[in-house]
Amino acid sequence: MENVVELNNVSKSFKGFSIDHMDLQVKKGFVTGFIGANGAGKSTTIKMMMNLLRPDNGEVKILGLDYETHEKAIKERIGFVYDGNVFFEGLNLKDIKRIVAPAYKSWDHSLFAQYVEQFELPLNKPIKTFSKGMQMKVSLAIALSHHAELIIMDEPTAGLDPIFRRELLDLLQELMVDGERTIFFSTHITTDLDRIADYIAFIQNGELIFNQSIHEVAENYALVKGGMELLDRDTEKSFVHVHRAPTGFEALTDNISAVKNTFGNEVIIERASLEDIMYYVKGGKNVV
Amino acid sequence: MQIIISNSSKEPIYEQITNQIKSSILAGELEEGTAIPSMRKLAKDLQISVITTKRAYEELEKAGFIYSIVGKGSFVAEQNLELMKEKKLKVIEEQLNSVITNSREIGLSLNELQDLLKILYEE
Repeated sequence: MENVVELNNVSKSFKGFSIDHMDLQVKKGFVTGFIGANGAGKSTTIKMMMNLLRPDNGEVKILGLDYETHEKAIKERIGFVYDGNVFFEGLNLKDIKRIVAPAYKSWDHSLFAQYVEQFELPLNKPIKTFSKGMQMKVSLAIALSHHAELIIMDEPTAGLDPIFRRELLDLLQELMVDGERTIFFSTHITTDLDRIADYIAFIQNGELIFNQSIHEVAENYALVKGGMELLDRDTEKSFVHVHRAPTGFEALTDNISAVKNTFGNEVIIERASLEDIMYYVKGGKNVV
Repeated sequence: MQIIISNSSKEPIYEQITNQIKSSILAGELEEGTAIPSMRKLAKDLQISVITTKRAYEELEKAGFIYSIVGKGSFVAEQNLELMKEKKLKVIEEQLNSVITNSREIGLSLNELQDLLKILYEE
């Protein structure tokens, strides 16, 4: 399958935080959800994809091109969406269109007009009067109006009400129908991903823990519950993290078949949500 | 084509899709050669991810229920319904045999067993 984004052996370090030798591929025609706790490195990774930050080492390829020689061509073909305002706040949408449209060769005026209508955006009001959701709609309308093939979204659903979140998910799903678009979508509202994500990339302390299809995640990770007497140094090996309580244990495994071999029918094995996985991989809270 | 997805079911979503399409085909509701929606269209309609419908279609293709033509879409494949019914019937016979064995072990009479089956079947 074709990769739209490729980070090869990318490193970037700041004081007290670093991304070391990260490899990350984003597949064409699918939605990849990018999850991780605050400070895990999501925004740093996205900034490197957008060329807002340069990696210390390694290579970033977008749509098969590198930023050194093809920056303009790449920017033509990608759209960046986030919930804040990226424009001078005194401007209205008409002004913004006048500034932004000439920057793109493939700008589609009628498509822009169509999204402005669909999103119910006022053309003559200054951006600073827009709600968070409306500002996000503005960046989305701009991304869609230049026919972006890759849409990168940084926390697009944070701060949105549930109704608008759903509308956004509907719209994104519609965009995926022709198979030409790719969406890379960071969030910590993991329930948004249950509905639309095809792949999940999970980052923790600057390290990519996994980048798997939702089926692989469901086949590898599970919650295991059972009595404390089942735990010992050997049986615990199949767990990522164990939460102990007087009533029994709950643990996360990344190897369901090993758990089945070890415990058979003595434990309950349940589907782990993305939130469960994030929580337990982080180390959870160990109540003894 | 009607498909109902339950989010609280233990059965994975792709399996719910394959099973429901299979039953529609076996029941003759979807006839040979009928075009079924593209996996991307179906994903949008069911409000689920593309990779889930992709997996469902791959399983259906593997099992010979549908076939896909690049650029044209997916279609219901020709089914040898007689043969499939026969195969199913064999499975049912085997399952009934183990039911009978179990019933004899606890002394359940044929009448009692028939009553039980009747209740369950009509549920």
